[in-house]
Amino acid sequence: MEFLLAIMTGVLYAAGLYMMLRRSLVKLIIGLIIIGNGANLLIFLLGRITKGAPPIIPGDTKFFADIYADPVPQALILTAIVISFGLQSFAIILIKRAYQVVKTDDLDEMNTIEEEV
Amino acid sequence: MLLAILIGFFAALSQLLFGKFMKGKLSILLSLVPLALFIFFVQYIPAIAAGEIVTVKHTWVSSFGVDLDLKLDGLALLFSLMITGIGTLVFIYTSAYLKNHPMLDRFYGYLFIFMAAMLGLVLSDNFLAMFIFWELTSISSFFLIGFNNTNPDSRKSALTALSITGIGGLLFLAGGLLLGEVTGTYQISQMISQNELLVNHSLYVLIVALIFGAAFTKSAQFPFHFWLPGAMKAPTPVSTYLHSATMVKAGIYLLFRLSPVLGNSDFWNNTLLIVGGITMLYAAFHTLFRTDLKGILAYSTIAALGILTFLIGLGTKESFIAAAVFILVHALYKATLFLMTGAIDLYTGTRDVTKLSGLHKVMLPIAIAGGLAAISNAGIPPSIGFIGKDLIYESTLHFKHNAILLTTLAILTNILIGYAGYVAGVKPFLGRTPTGLEKVTFPHPAIWIPPVILGVLGFVFGLFPSLVEASLIKPIVATTGVDTSDIHIKLWHGFNTVLGLSAITIISGIALYFIWKPNATKRYFIQRFDKLSPKFIIETLADWFESFSDLWTRIFQNGYLRNYITVIVVFLISLVAFTLLNNTTYQIDYSSFSKLTIYEVVSLCILILAIGFAVFTKSRLAAVAATGVMGYSICLFFVFYSAPDLAMTQFAIDTLTVILFVLVLYKLPRYLNLSDYKTRIKDGVIAIAFGGLISILALEVLAQPQNNEISAYYAENAYVLAHGKNVVNVILVDFRGIDTMVEISVLAIAAIGVFGLLKLRLKSEERKQQ
Repeated sequence: MEFLLAIMTGVLYAAGLYMMLRRSLVKLIIGLIIIGNGANLLIFLLGRITKGAPPIIPGDTKFFADIYADPVPQALILTAIVISFGLQSFAIILIKRAYQVVKTDDLDEMNTIEEEV
Repeated sequence: MLLAILIGFFAALSQLLFGKFMKGKLSILLSLVPLALFIFFVQYIPAIAAGEIVTVKHTWVSSFGVDLDLKLDGLALLFSLMITGIGTLVFIYTSAYLKNHPMLDRFYGYLFIFMAAMLGLVLSDNFLAMFIFWELTSISSFFLIGFNNTNPDSRKSALTALSITGIGGLLFLAGGLLLGEVTGTYQISQMISQNELLVNHSLYVLIVALIFGAAFTKSAQFPFHFWLPGAMKAPTPVSTYLHSATMVKAGIYLLFRLSPVLGNSDFWNNTLLIVGGITMLYAAFHTLFRTDLKGILAYSTIAALGILTFLIGLGTKESFIAAAVFILVHALYKATLFLMTGAIDLYTGTRDVTKLSGLHKVMLPIAIAGGLAAISNAGIPPSIGFIGKDLIYESTLHFKHNAILLTTLAILTNILIGYAGYVAGVKPFLGRTPTGLEKVTFPHPAIWIPPVILGVLGFVFGLFPSLVEASLIKPIVATTGVDTSDIHIKLWHGFNTVLGLSAITIISGIALYFIWKPNATKRYFIQRFDKLSPKFIIETLADWFESFSDLWTRIFQNGYLRNYITVIVVFLISLVAFTLLNNTTYQIDYSSFSKLTIYEVVSLCILILAIGFAVFTKSRLAAVAATGVMGYSICLFFVFYSAPDLAMTQFAIDTLTVILFVLVLYKLPRYLNLSDYKTRIKDGVIAIAFGGLISILALEVLAQPQNNEISAYYAENAYVLAHGKNVVNVILVDFRGIDTMVEISVLAIAAIGVFGLLKLRLKSEERKQQ
């Protein structure tokens, strides 16, 4: 399964990068989301995956008795998900405003408009 | 002595504050600063003449070996006296020359900076401190040349001068650092004892080449001479002060100073002889074809600098004496000639030598000063110029090789320089006064007194050479490490070869003056060869360089995000792939991986489909929905692999993003296919390569053993220290609580941004556009 997940991460990165290289602003944002997901998955995978053992200490003990999933990558990814949400929401609203002003979501056209002003 | 240097910088700063009040008649009072400094340095003459060397040590940045070690010996004293003495006269002169100029305060500010930097340069014994002052002189020179900043020619000349001397400054630094590495010290006085070590060192040629680069650019030696005639765009006081008497001699100063350190080798002597020889002949020859007074003087200055380089190249005791005397001689007469030119320019409005004549009727004192300078320049007795020229001939005649050839070169140059002196210093004043010039007003005292003082000094020193012999010349020659007790500078040596050569020079110079009349035709004639001149070649190279950097910038800084991403990613791929190719084994241990289950495979398939759909769909809404599906399937993986918190967060956030996206996007136009087929293929290849790289990297990392120390710490202490059972939560809100708080504030800022963008009202103009 790790092997497939590694491939999957690669696919996410490839798809994200491809979308980021497009001229449309919307595609750029979608690409950013995809690559963000890829990064999360990569961190998750590299922290080694464990089945059925969440990092929660059983009710009546003070320590883990058995094997448990690595909590550090999870904490990292949690942070990353939340932050990327902040970024995405801001970017999405920004596209909306930009579209209202310049009437295009083509990055190249936006460039020329900026130069004319 | 440190104060003597700093006072100039203080004075420059004070121009910022009080400059406005000093612009008017009070500006002449500023001359008191250099005058006070001049008197300060005069006090040292007896001590220096007695053979003392005054040193002052101030620590500055000792850890880098940069200290303000000041050393006043004969050479430094001569330069200090020239800087402050001629400085005083130039300051006085400026107060009348640039009277009522709106930026006079600024001009004085630059002059003060220059004076202070120049003093620092000649007084520093530390190479790196010297470098700082060296650069400061270049920078202040830039501002002074470009002082008439509304004139494009002036700006261009300033830039040329700065580039040439700036490059020289870098070479200076490089040479100095190497010198410091080899000798283990940056103090020049300590390097002298290591001359033998240096000459035989493998880096010797490089060091000398770098130092030569610095000296030749600063002192306008061929082929870097061309910035100097251009620098004549500066107001005349600047030309006088910087570009004849002091700054351009900084290179000569450096060569003189380093002669005992780096000299005593064929490479050193021969290069200096050749470069100096070419420069002096080339520049002296050029004076024949100029009609602008300042142009003639500029080339004759270059020729004089060439002679000095040539003399240092000879490297004998006699040549050092000649060089020391000639530095003084040249400063005196050339400053006079420049001041005189400025006066003519100011009162008649032209510097064209073909239009000027008969001015003795209207500006007699200037004519006297010009005549005196021309006599000293031509080396006619009893001026000090005569002594200087005799010493030059003596040193070439007594040189061990090629004495005849070297003497001939020196004579030729001197004839031409003499000619230039007559044209500049005598011709404008003789003959009939042309109409239009009869009513020229009599010059202001501040204009005519300084050149007269300098001109007269040339004769006083000539008649009484003992005035400078013990006080300056002997201590200067002593800095090169030779015995100076038998030096006697005399005006009259009796009838000998040197006297004969002197007579030939003087007579030929006068003859040339009567035969060869400068005119515009001759100037055009020489302009035809401009395409071959070093100036043209270097400017062309500079143009090429500029277009190249322009092209380079346009390729890389083209303003398209995707091109930046492409460059970065392609570079990253090639770099990492190169390392991977050499260092990886590609052995994957499948046994360590967990087994596949059917629901995992199904989730993977959903994920792949969602990605494919998101990338290739034509509908924007579908793409957003596919992104949502993608997020949910990743959410599933979090569930499978023991990360319930992640799953919940991902689920919530993904839902929110999709909703937000949809809310915004339905207003936007249709998705357009903006790129052509080729671009998409290219991007696809890059993207796949990048994805593949990430996969390989992930697999490689998985094959390595893992260090669980940090996780184990959190797991063990989650309950004991923080009394929480969900370790992920404990990490976020307790162990790394402050990080989380900062994260929350980031979100808050994003929220404010979103709110602001939503509520922002467009300005009326923008609304019209809609």
